[in-house]
Formats: sequence, structure tokens, C-alpha cells
Amino acid sequence: MEEVDVEPAVTNIPAASSGTHLGFAWGPGDILVYETLYKASGKCTGSGDIHEVRKDEDIYSPILRKLFNESHHIFVGLQTIREDLPSKNKKPQFVSISKNYRSVIRACMEELQQVVSILLAIELIWNLCEVLFIDAAPAGSLLLHLLDWVRLHKADVDEKAREVLQSESPAEHRDYWDVVVSYVLQGRLEEARQMLVKQATLQPAARKMYKQMDTLNISPGGTQTLTEFDVKWRHWHEEVDRCLQDNSFASNKHLELICKILVGDEDTLLEHKDLLSTWYHFLVTRLLFCHPTVKPTELHYYAQSCLTMFLDSRSVPEPLDSILLAAFEFDIHQVIKDCSIALNNWWFVAHLTDLLDHCKLLQSHNLHFGSNLREFLLLEYASGLFTHHSLWQLAVDYFDHCPEFGRVYLELQIERVPLDTERKALKVLRICEQRQMSEQVRSICKIMAMRALRNNRLGSALSWSIRAKDAAFATLISERFLQDYCARGTFSDLDLIDNLGPAMLLSDRLTFLGKYREFHKLYGEKRFREASKLLLSLMTAKIAPRSFWMTLLTDALPLLEQKEVSHHIQLIYSRLNCLCVSISHLDNVVHCSLHFSAYL
Amino acid sequence: MESINAKYVSQKISKSRWRPVSHSSLQQADIFATGSWDNEDNKISFWSIGSHGSSGVEDGFEGDPQLLCEHKHDGDVLDLQFLDQDRIVTASSTGAVTIFRHHQNSQTISVSQQWARAHRYPSDNAPCTGVVCSSPEIVTVGEDGRIIVFRADQEGVIRVIDNADSSTIHAVTYLRTTEILTVNSIGQLKLWDLRQQSNSPSQILSLSGDRVPLHCVDRHPNQQHIVATGGQDGMLCVWDVRQGSTPFSLMEAHSAEMWEVHFHPTNPDHLFTCSEDGSLLHWETSSQSDIPSFLQGGRNSSMTSRSAMAPAGGNQSLINAWLSGDSSKGRLETTHMLPSQTLSVNSLDVLGQCLVCGTDGEAIFVNRQVPV
Repeated sequence: MEEVDVEPAVTNIPAASSGTHLGFAWGPGDILVYETLYKASGKCTGSGDIHEVRKDEDIYSPILRKLFNESHHIFVGLQTIREDLPSKNKKPQFVSISKNYRSVIRACMEELQQVVSILLAIELIWNLCEVLFIDAAPAGSLLLHLLDWVRLHKADVDEKAREVLQSESPAEHRDYWDVVVSYVLQGRLEEARQMLVKQATLQPAARKMYKQMDTLNISPGGTQTLTEFDVKWRHWHEEVDRCLQDNSFASNKHLELICKILVGDEDTLLEHKDLLSTWYHFLVTRLLFCHPTVKPTELHYYAQSCLTMFLDSRSVPEPLDSILLAAFEFDIHQVIKDCSIALNNWWFVAHLTDLLDHCKLLQSHNLHFGSNLREFLLLEYASGLFTHHSLWQLAVDYFDHCPEFGRVYLELQIERVPLDTERKALKVLRICEQRQMSEQVRSICKIMAMRALRNNRLGSALSWSIRAKDAAFATLISERFLQDYCARGTFSDLDLIDNLGPAMLLSDRLTFLGKYREFHKLYGEKRFREASKLLLSLMTAKIAPRSFWMTLLTDALPLLEQKEVSHHIQLIYSRLNCLCVSISHLDNVVHCSLHFSAYL
Repeated sequence: MESINAKYVSQKISKSRWRPVSHSSLQQADIFATGSWDNEDNKISFWSIGSHGSSGVEDGFEGDPQLLCEHKHDGDVLDLQFLDQDRIVTASSTGAVTIFRHHQNSQTISVSQQWARAHRYPSDNAPCTGVVCSSPEIVTVGEDGRIIVFRADQEGVIRVIDNADSSTIHAVTYLRTTEILTVNSIGQLKLWDLRQQSNSPSQILSLSGDRVPLHCVDRHPNQQHIVATGGQDGMLCVWDVRQGSTPFSLMEAHSAEMWEVHFHPTNPDHLFTCSEDGSLLHWETSSQSDIPSFLQGGRNSSMTSRSAMAPAGGNQSLINAWLSGDSSKGRLETTHMLPSQTLSVNSLDVLGQCLVCGTDGEAIFVNRQVPV
């Protein structure tokens, strides 16, 4: 099977003047293009613009967004089907999930004003894969499913029929016989009969036709076995053939035509290419009237020959035809490969392959780059989603269900989501925390905390460092507070410092800040005993930054005037001796210690 | 539990609010507004769930919500409130506060008034995170820690409280006509008396343990001192602002951030919460009843029965009508209202028997037969 080869699409950059050189850089989902000169120096006369060229337009369509969201929901539900159920219980579930996917596609088709042929094709292929691979219908019911498949995708018959029936004299309508023949071609003999009834009043010969149609029971399912059905069918086939041979319908060429179709005459069928319109319709009709008990393994013989017979010798099979043929040959990998090439979005192959993988239909041969086919396609699809400003949230679940590389991909992508608001940052953080991506958590919290700090929102900055348990940043914030205090003599943001709670323990500097503020409060409330005790412990614990020791000592001074703290003051004085050695402003300390000694 | 359908709308919904119905008429809720976020072009939209009595279907989801009209919105819609029957106020991530008017006759929307950089940093925009209104007064809060009071139809700003908070204020609600309550990202509730000229809160309440950011707050419709909050850890706290500075009861609600909490406006024994973990819970207290809830009949099947967790250092266990009266009679039921796990449920609103919510999965859910 040769590969499908298409000419690469050409995209014009309208703003760039013709004849200029363009430089470019690849992005995750787009290309940045700019005008450039090849010369090493010289004035560039081109515009200084950078153009962004997006590759995939589909994910920006609002209607297709519904497809992505709804299918994401189905996908997540599929992953959670319990593994331990026996496979015969799982098959109906898989079929039902497949039908869910298809109904989502059809819902999108209905919404789009013009029929999008690509969606039609997708649904057609998916439906066939469901019939052949997931439902895996055996001989007998296989034909019934194929008939349903064809009928679903040839809905114009019903429209025409409606038109004919609503006309004044249906039997005279120019499309009348077309409708009858179309019904017969689709195996809808009951409806064909009802149409013929309009004619029956005019020609009694048609009654014989009904008899033939009635006796054909083309429902191989049901209570009879395949062999029973086969016997009956052959008997019927011979009857119809006999009718044809003895010219029972020679008087009416239309009825004779129908009889020839019922007998499965190839030439007659091929004469009605316009009513069949596709080779696979031709295939199913031929099977219906020639080989209704066809086995799945025999399908591809008939498919190939029907394709050849239907197409003129000049016309080339389209990509869709090759894909369908590959499906009839039960070559799943070829189907997926051809679809990947023919479609410009990974949605279809990713979801279909995932479903087929759950049905255990894909052989797990590993691809060269380490993961299997299902995972590769899901990763490609999800990476595409991540380039979208909004759909990145869906991609997270897809990465979660790629056991080999999903986590790595997610780690790389999640850090690049732009964080414009706190609300969005919180959502991204939650995703990272749920997956224990601690590095990403730290990095995001640090970004948000820095931003808050730049805007002087110290409370927000602290809140982010608490979330990341980032002691270093908490220290930084405390430094800012203490600097503020030294500069202005009062604390800012008292609502924050007074209510630090257990967060105080995050960093030493923060603890010091909280305790120091507490000291001020105690002093303000004239609880000097506790205040001095606290001050002492602050000095002893050595969590005070060096730059603050002077301030602490200065704070101790007023306490000396309080009588009930003399014991503490003595301790402070002794502490002072220890501190003397290491403080650089020796003369200041000496000055202070003179004060102290004056009080003792 | 009857099924509740999703309507996919191709935009992540950040806020959904019912249009208020006038008390005189017995109308059911029929129109709601939504705001989107995280789009290159965000929108506000008005939807209708159809007139009642037109179809004979008895299910709770007669028809999909129909889009009436929509309008472009600059920046994410971080909060949305109805000012009156025709106008909504939105809080934007660009720091703007905008009033939109919905013209019912022509089904169009126009911008009625806008304060473009209401919330800002010295060199940048600051998102406006919450808005509450009591027509014609509008109060907004933002990431810049400001509280701003506007009046609809007046150009300028009425009052600004700069640096009301050193951290982000996530939500605001009215306690009384002249008092508001804000919650911030270091886990504090602050009461502000707007009659006072001072720029500091009249009261500060906080949890005694970790400073978990609080994201939403709602006041009990009848008892103005009872307030419910939800935060980053998904805990539902109920506070009595008259007594003490710590919450009255704490309940484990969700496994991720709780985005909104609402008391039912007419039947306050019912409370609704929604969360980042994709669930929407319906909380119900049965107050003075000795009959166990499973014998009461006519109720939807509840998933689990959760009791209030005893707060640190407190001795309340089950709560009765949200605050402990006779704790032995209290009973609390929670029900999941959405059929299966979805992406984050960002917003909910309940009016009468109708509930609407919006998710990050770009879906809107409407339930017309909420058992209240």
C-alpha cells in the first residue's frame, strides 16, 4: 500500500513584502516568521513585525471545541472501566462508548451550517471500525451491521422519498422509480413494497414481485442458524432467477430491473452507479444479494474487486477509499497510519486508537521512540491541546493516562501556561500538587510571590511562600518588613504580622518578625514582665538578624525604667557582654553599656 | 436523583448567576447570565431555560438553555452580579468594573458604564476579584487589596479603602446594609463598617490553625450573623460573627479549592458548594426533627452523611441549623448534584428550585427540580 502523498500547503504572509527573505523559528504549535536580510549589515527596509503562523486551525473553531470537551469526558470515563471484568461483559460497554463518540461527531456536524466533509468521513470510518473491530460481528449479523452502516450514510433516499410521497401523484413523479430502486439497493424491501403499492393499482404484475420480496427473509440473525438461513436463501435465489429466466416481468422494464438487482446481477448494479454513489455501497449491495453469509475474513476479496469494478480505470482511489479498504482487510495499523496522514488533527486517531487498545485489538509492538502507538498518538494530541490558550486543562487528563511519558510531558508543558491572574495560578498549582510535581509547585509559587513582592503585596507574597513551604522566600519577605520598620519606625500591614499563626514557623526570620511584633504589643499593653522575657528570649535564641541587634538593644532601654524587670535586665546586661564581642559598632555598644551600668 | 444534562458552550464558564425574580410574581427563574474566562475573547452571555408550561415533559431538563445574546468582555470575568432586572456588574481580570445592560426587546447587550482601571498596581493592572451590589451601590475588591465603593450612574468613585488588606481579597458580601465582609488569601474574614471613615476593619476573624486562603463567603439570608466560608483546602466553615473570632464549625467538604458557597435564598436549611475537584454538593440540615432522614421519604438518595468536624479546641459536634443548638438532634446530609466527575465547577447559583452551574469543561448544567 503506497503512502498517500500530497503537495505541501503554501501559506502567504500578507504583510511581508514580496521578494524579502524570511527567517523563522519553530514554536510548539506555530511558527514565528520575520523579514530579514542576508547581508551582515545594512539597513533593513522591511517591517519590524513578527508574524505568528498557526498550523492547526481546528482547535480554534468554537464548534469543534465542543467535540474536544465532550470527547474528553468520554475518554476519562473509558479509562476508568474496571480491568477485572470478563471481556464479554466489557464488549457492550466498548460498543456503547464507541457510539457515544460517534454521536458527539454527529452533534457537531448538525451544528455546523455547511456539511463538513471531513467530519462525515471521520464518522464513516469510525462506524466501520466499530462494526468490524469493536463489535466484531460474525458472519450473518455482519451483513446486517454493514447494511445499517450504509443506510446511515446515505440519507438522501429518505429525502427524495418524502418528496415523492408528498407529490400529487407519487407514481408519476420522475424520481419514483429511483426511490424504489434505491430502497431495494439498500435492502429496505418493506419500504420498497410500500412504494410499489402506489403502482400496484395500475399494474397487477407487481403483485408477483411482492411475493418474491416477501419470501426473502434476509435476517440471518434471529432463531435460525447460519446454515438454515443459507439453505433458505439459496432456495429463494433460485426462485428469483427462475422468474427472470421465464420473463415474468418482461412487460414492465422497471420490475424486471428490480428482479435483476434481487438476483445480484453485477452489470445491473453497475448501471446504477449514480444511485449507489460509492463503491462501498456497491459492495454491501452485492454482498446482500450474492453472499449474505459472508465471513469477516472474506470481506477484503469482495471489497477489492468492488472497488476496482466501481471506479473507472482512469480515476485514482482517494485517501478515504484506501482507509476503508484497509479496514475491510482488518489491517488496523494501516487504517490508523493512513488516517494520521490524511487528517490534520490528531483527535480522531488518538481516540480511536485508545478505544481499540482498550479492546485489546492492537498488538503492543513498541515504536522506536519507546512508547506504544496508543501513547504516542495521545501525547501528540494532548501536546496540540496544550498550545491552546484554553483547552490545556483537557490535555492534563490525557497525559495522566500515558504511563510512560505522560508525566514528563506534563511537567514540561505545565510550567509554560501563562499565569495572568491568581485564580489561574491556583488551578495550575492544584494540578501540580495532585501529581506531586513539587518542583513545578515551587517554581510557580516563586513566580507569583515575586510578582506580589514587586507590587508591594507582602501578604500575598507570604501566602504564596506558605503554599510552597518556601522558607527562603519567607525570609525575604520578613526582611522587607523589618527594613520597613527600621525606615519608618512602625510596622506596615499589621493585619498580616499580628495574625501569622503557625506560618510563623516557616522561617527563622519570620518567627523573629512575629515575636518582635508581639514584643511591641506586650509593651504597648504595659505587660512589661512578659515583654522583657520575650525580648530576652529573642536575644538568646539568636534568630535576630545582626542588623537588628542594635534595635533590640535600643528597645530594651525603656524597660530598664520598669521596676519589676530588674532581674531580666541583669540577664540582658550579661547577654550584652557576650554580644559585645561580635558587634562591629563597638563604640555604639560601649555607649549603650554605659547607660545600662548606670541603671544597675 | 434525576439526571442533569450538560450543555457544551465552547467557553470555560467562570461565573453563572440567575436573574432575580421579583418577589411579587410567583415566577420561576428563567434567565441566567454567564461569564467566561481564559479565552482570547471572553464573553458575557444571557441564556434562557424556556417558558414553563410550554412542554409537557415532566423531567427536570425540558430543554437546553438557549443563548439569548452575548457581548465581548475585556479580560476574564472574575465575578458577576445582577444589579437589577436589566443590568449586571462584572469584575474583570484587567481591573475594570463594568455595568452591562441587557435590552430585552432587542436581545442585545450594551455597556452602560465602566470604571476602567479601578483596581491597579502602580505600574500594572490588578485583577478585580469580587463584586457585590445593593442597587445602586456597588462594592468591589481586588488583588491589589483595595475596597472600592461605586454608585451606578455616578461617574467617579464614591470611596476607596487603599491597602485594606496586604494580601488578595477574594470575595466580598454584605452583612448589613452598611457593613461588608471580605475574605482574603491569608485566611481572614474582615468586617468593614462603611459608615466609619477609618480605613481599618471593625473586626477580624480567622481560623486558629493554618492560614488557609479563603475564596468565598455567603451570609445566611435570615440570620445576619451567620456566615459560611470556603477555602483552599475545601473545608466549609460556618461562623458566628457576633461571638468569638474563630469559626463555629468546620466541615470537610471537598478535596480541592471551594470556589463558591451559597445559602438557598428562601430555604436556608440548604447550602450549596462547588469546587475545583469537579463536584457540587448540596448540604441539608434537618433541624428539629427526630425522624431519621432516610425515613422522611421523597428525598433524593444522599451519598454520604457527614457530620461537622470538631474544631480544634472546640466541643461542638453535629450542628443543628448550622449552629449548634441541641447537638443531639442535629443531622447533616450532603448530596452530589452532578452525575459524574467533571473538571472544576467554578460557579453555581440557586433560585427557587432551579440551580445553574458552570465548569472548566466548558459545560453549563441546569437542574430545575432541586429538592428544597
